[in-house]
Amino acid sequence: MAEAVSNARTFPQGGEVIQCLGVHKWYGEFHVLKNINLSVAKGERIVICGPSGSGKSTLIRCLNRLEEHQKGNIVIDGIELTGNLKNIELVRREVGMVFQHFNLFPHLTVLENCTLAPIWVRKKPKAEAEALAMKYLERVRIAEQAHKYPGQLSGGQQQRVAIARSLCMNPKIMLFDEPTSALDPEMVKEVLDVMIGLAQDGMTMLCVTHEMGFAKSVADRVIFMDRGEIVEQNNPQEFFNNPQSERTRLFLSQILNH
Amino acid sequence: MTESVHTGSIPDERPPANTVGPVAWLRNNLFNTWYNALLTILILYGLARAIPPLLDWLIVHANGFDTTPQECRTNGGACWAFVSEKLRFILFGTFPYDEQWRPLLTIVIFITLLLVSCDRRFWKWWLGLLWAAGFAAVAILMWGGVLGLTYVENTNWGGLPLTLILSVIGLAVAFPASILLALGRRSDMPAIKVMSVTYIELIRGVPLISLLFMASVMFPLFLPTGVSIDKLLRAQIAFIMFAAAYMAEAIRGGLQAIPKGQYEAADGLGLNYWQKMRKIILPQALAIAIPPLVNTFISFFKDTSLVIIIGLYDLLGTAKAALTDPAWRGFYREAYLFIGVIYWVFCFYMSKYSQKLERDLRRGHRR
Repeated sequence: MAEAVSNARTFPQGGEVIQCLGVHKWYGEFHVLKNINLSVAKGERIVICGPSGSGKSTLIRCLNRLEEHQKGNIVIDGIELTGNLKNIELVRREVGMVFQHFNLFPHLTVLENCTLAPIWVRKKPKAEAEALAMKYLERVRIAEQAHKYPGQLSGGQQQRVAIARSLCMNPKIMLFDEPTSALDPEMVKEVLDVMIGLAQDGMTMLCVTHEMGFAKSVADRVIFMDRGEIVEQNNPQEFFNNPQSERTRLFLSQILNH
Repeated sequence: MTESVHTGSIPDERPPANTVGPVAWLRNNLFNTWYNALLTILILYGLARAIPPLLDWLIVHANGFDTTPQECRTNGGACWAFVSEKLRFILFGTFPYDEQWRPLLTIVIFITLLLVSCDRRFWKWWLGLLWAAGFAAVAILMWGGVLGLTYVENTNWGGLPLTLILSVIGLAVAFPASILLALGRRSDMPAIKVMSVTYIELIRGVPLISLLFMASVMFPLFLPTGVSIDKLLRAQIAFIMFAAAYMAEAIRGGLQAIPKGQYEAADGLGLNYWQKMRKIILPQALAIAIPPLVNTFISFFKDTSLVIIIGLYDLLGTAKAALTDPAWRGFYREAYLFIGVIYWVFCFYMSKYSQKLERDLRRGHRR
């Protein structure tokens, strides 16, 4: 990624739904993101991997402004992310996010978790929001638990509810922040199956994950990050079979040979 | 132990006899160590010495509701005639005698409002309207001057209605104010944060009594001559200001216990600040803050009795005033016991209700 972007104020609106140009971020003195340039086409499925502390979670959290970047431009679906609260809310409506620790609302039932944002943000009538929620709960195969509370479900079930909750907003982009890292091993597959289904339906997805099997089977592009930089990106075949940089080779050898 | 694999299951057995039943309970709870055994014996001895004379005074040698003060004095037992004689004065103060159905109705309205609000099925938007209507009804009943009711100066209000007005209205206004203060203290906006912190720390650093004194003595100095704010209103405002600062800190404790992920999930779905607070954060934070909040509620209910120092006659004030009647002088035990029971019933119910509410809210969503 050596392309220097000097005249970075024009935002091409081809098929790109995400544009990052020269993005930098610091936590105090610590430089977490260094000159990130990334564009994502509609329907593209991207897996981001890298050692812990490499900035991969921070990067996708910048894409819906859960984190603020301090330099560069991020444009999501034609809207630039700045301090403008209205724009941030508009972007967040179109970008679904699934967290490592699910972050379901424990005081609301599964169904209420799913209908809350459609009712309050999209201003949908309750009945319509519930029908929509049941459709997506059906799709993640958990409709029969709709009236339970999150605390009564297993981790895998909770994460599937979290995915359904995001889908209920009809997002254009889905961000996954290590969605299977907090799960017991026997529950990883049920969540990955739902994500594969989504990918096959053409959802634009960015997924931070260590599930290399998932990367190989569904990703259009794999991005490797280390120490705040995008070190390498390629299609999965090339990425896994023919990594270009030494850092990538080291990382792959550490996670694949065990 | 040669077998390594079990075929068939082991049937359930009863636990050893010395680990269940009342004897085991006694041993585990009262006599489990020598010093606990010693304490148990000392306490039983103390109770044995204290309870019989108390029952003797309260019931056995007590004087009925229609004895004279002289009979009471010679008999020596509790004089319940004092309570029945002074009942209406203690409950309603100097409210005109023939109009005392009005403060009685006020008490009924307050208790009804409180009981209705206890039921979670009624936690709807119209509950706010009901409270507003209730307060309006209380104002009309107490002041009068409309609908054919004679006008009653609020210096004649007293007893239980005054206690309820100060505490229920005070807490009902202070509660929403305290939520705003707690949110303000955690706000990203420096000005709002500084104002909230200053207010809370300033009010918390001052004793309630001095705030009441300031409300009654100093506050009028700041007003132009001729303009005066009613003494009761000043006390009410002082209470609200004080209660809001304390409850804000209780609520802040709840807010701090909410994991960051809840904020992020709400943000991620595109909820704006107020939607996020109202739908996600506050319902969880307030549930966590129930024990310290109820603690504040209970202590403020009782602290309303401090208004006696600025010349308002709440329940404690009327009880003390009843004791100044020369004919009934000296029956202070009965007077304080009687109002003590009234305070206790209210506080105990609050405490019981809060425990029930905690259980109800916890049901289902264990983390």
